[in-house]
Amino acid sequence: MSSPSATVHDNTYGQDDTYLYHHFEDLQQQHESSSLGMWAFLSTEVLFFGGVLGAFAVVQTLYGPAMKAASSHLDPILGAYNTAVLLVSSLAMALAVRASQLRQQRNTVLFLIATIVLGSVFLAVKAYEWNHDYHLGLVPGINFDLERYPGRQILFWSFYFTLTGIHALHMVIGIVIIAIMAVLVQRRWFSGGGATQIEMLGLYWHFVDIVWVFLYPILYLINR
Amino acid sequence: MGYLGADYTIKSWLLTTDHKRIGLLYMISITVFFLLGGAAATLLRLELMTPRGDVFGSPDDYNRSFTIHGVFMVFFFLIPGVPAVLGNFLIPLMIGARDLAFPRLNLMSWYIYMIGGLFTLYALVAGGVDTGWTFYTPYSTMFSNTQVIAAALGIFIVGFSSILTALNFIVTIHTMRAPGMTWLRLPLFIWAHYATSLIIVLGTPVLAITIILVAVERLFKVGIFDPAYGGDPLLFQHLFWFYSHPAVYIMILPSFGVISEIVTAFARKKIFGYSFMAGALLAIAVLGFLVWGHHMFVSSQSMYAGMIFSVLSFLVAVPSGIKVFNWTATLYKGSVSFKTPMLYALGFIGLFTIGGLTGLVLSTMATDVHVHDTYFVVAHFHYIMVGGMVMAYLGGLHFWWPKITGRMYSEFWGALSALTVFIGFNLTFFPQFLLGYIGMPRRYYEYPEEYQVLNVMSSAGASVLAVGYMMPLIYLMISLKVGKIAGPNPWAASGLEWETSSPPPTHNFLDTKIVTSGPYDYELQEFADMQREVQEQGIV
Repeated sequence: MSSPSATVHDNTYGQDDTYLYHHFEDLQQQHESSSLGMWAFLSTEVLFFGGVLGAFAVVQTLYGPAMKAASSHLDPILGAYNTAVLLVSSLAMALAVRASQLRQQRNTVLFLIATIVLGSVFLAVKAYEWNHDYHLGLVPGINFDLERYPGRQILFWSFYFTLTGIHALHMVIGIVIIAIMAVLVQRRWFSGGGATQIEMLGLYWHFVDIVWVFLYPILYLINR
Repeated sequence: MGYLGADYTIKSWLLTTDHKRIGLLYMISITVFFLLGGAAATLLRLELMTPRGDVFGSPDDYNRSFTIHGVFMVFFFLIPGVPAVLGNFLIPLMIGARDLAFPRLNLMSWYIYMIGGLFTLYALVAGGVDTGWTFYTPYSTMFSNTQVIAAALGIFIVGFSSILTALNFIVTIHTMRAPGMTWLRLPLFIWAHYATSLIIVLGTPVLAITIILVAVERLFKVGIFDPAYGGDPLLFQHLFWFYSHPAVYIMILPSFGVISEIVTAFARKKIFGYSFMAGALLAIAVLGFLVWGHHMFVSSQSMYAGMIFSVLSFLVAVPSGIKVFNWTATLYKGSVSFKTPMLYALGFIGLFTIGGLTGLVLSTMATDVHVHDTYFVVAHFHYIMVGGMVMAYLGGLHFWWPKITGRMYSEFWGALSALTVFIGFNLTFFPQFLLGYIGMPRRYYEYPEEYQVLNVMSSAGASVLAVGYMMPLIYLMISLKVGKIAGPNPWAASGLEWETSSPPPTHNFLDTKIVTSGPYDYELQEFADMQREVQEQGIV
């Protein structure tokens, strides 16, 4: 199964010391499989978020004014700040991918750590916001104040916590995997420098960031 | 003895990354869940023998029982059935690969499946679930105090297992094909699993998020589906059927693949209209995502939405019809032999046709209003899901059993089981069409006396059906010890899986396969010679 493009990748997925699993013909095929697998996984993630975003779109259409009133309790500056933090973390991740392809072990680890730090900053800000919401009595099922926030506003908060909650869960999973990967790269666990693995991890991380880029306007900016 | 004899320890099975062994792990597990779901069905049919409730202590117990039946059969047997067992075993063999693209992920899928199964079992032991397999809100959110969350979590987890399996199939079919195995040379079994995998990858996550929303609503009493807070119970139905209608095609498309393989092999003819058969599979996968609203004709959906969903549902009949006509055209002037797999396949074609045509009755709004939520619907989807998927699964199991185990089973008992299942099935479910048409609603445990005769017929049929299902369990096990040695290709069938030994070696092929022609060249002299040789050796 050799194709003309195989040589293009030789630097990155070199035949010299990278591990080839027994059931693949060559590294090209192995890399393509990983890549396609990750994209297929991300397409399931799109539908996963798509389901709840679709439901939210229905609610927003039906009860627009209530949703806008509820949304005004969110701080768009904090949201914008967090968006910027995540975009920079994506940059750090992209640099880590590049560094791993160039076999720069030290830089790879450093950029992975930078990604972890930025991701953690995002989560910290998010936690601060949630705490603030809690003190305002905005958490459905725990302390939601129906008298202060009447009507359908509670629906907005149900979706807000579901959406930001599953997004934060994706972030946490991402950070854990990045941390494991950073340790493995540091210990030279991957015979090929982990280029393929880190590239796939990068796809996941960018996806999680893009989800936030959608969440920010539909949650924070609907009444502006 | 090939992959079976590579190692005999329990560890070598539980930690295997060989797709063939994982297929067998699935075979055992889905059989267990099938028996559990079947036991629940037995209780239901016993209860319905008489108009009064006598087997179950209360209607609640009856509700729990049909929920067990539905949940186990749909999520743990019908959906994973053909792909996880036959697909797992055959896809790499059919495309000339040494394994699936991600062998460890494949093993992980099985463990996830088992964990999901255990959660659901726990839900049953801890008091059961009474919402039906559909978990409609607000039953499942406000009015049920049973183990909804545990069961839903089990289904959520098992969903990941199918997503990962499907992902594995998609990647394998894209990147692992042998040299020369172009897209239009793929066996239809592969096309069928490809189309199925697309549905699983795109549909299952929507069910996952729906389940999360139900769980969130139950745990935190928020009102996403609860009208008291402005939520919408219908929203649940939309999200649920967005997955669960395509899920019907997840059950039936792999079966189409199995039947296509069997029909050509036993008609000794090339499949009629190969590219239309592949196209029809993809068309059903796409159309399947556009028809969910036909489950909601009477749920206050707008009339115009209903009309559009109705028309789109009719469209599914076109590719389905293409399949049935093309199988029939393949049989025409073929030299048909009625071996066990072929008997199951022919049974499939008949039952699927009845199931499909009654589907048109249900997708027509006016007639649907009459038979909605009656036994007509129950009969219809059993004709598709049981008459379709289970017949195809058994047909495929008999067809590839020699490949999987290296042994032949008793043809007499095989043919007898196929006939018993066919007769038992029709006896069980045809009366339910009539029951539904004259107005018996589903999910009730008592009924007026005038429905009794048909219900007794249905229960009698169910016992015949149960005998039919038990027979293969017995004679297939016996065949492991005393069956004739099958040799690599007992049916003289085409396809790469028949070119390796039976059972295949751990790495599937000893040499790299190079494919130079399309599948199903049964008109070639070499297949006639092969068939004569097999018959002279007395294998079949």
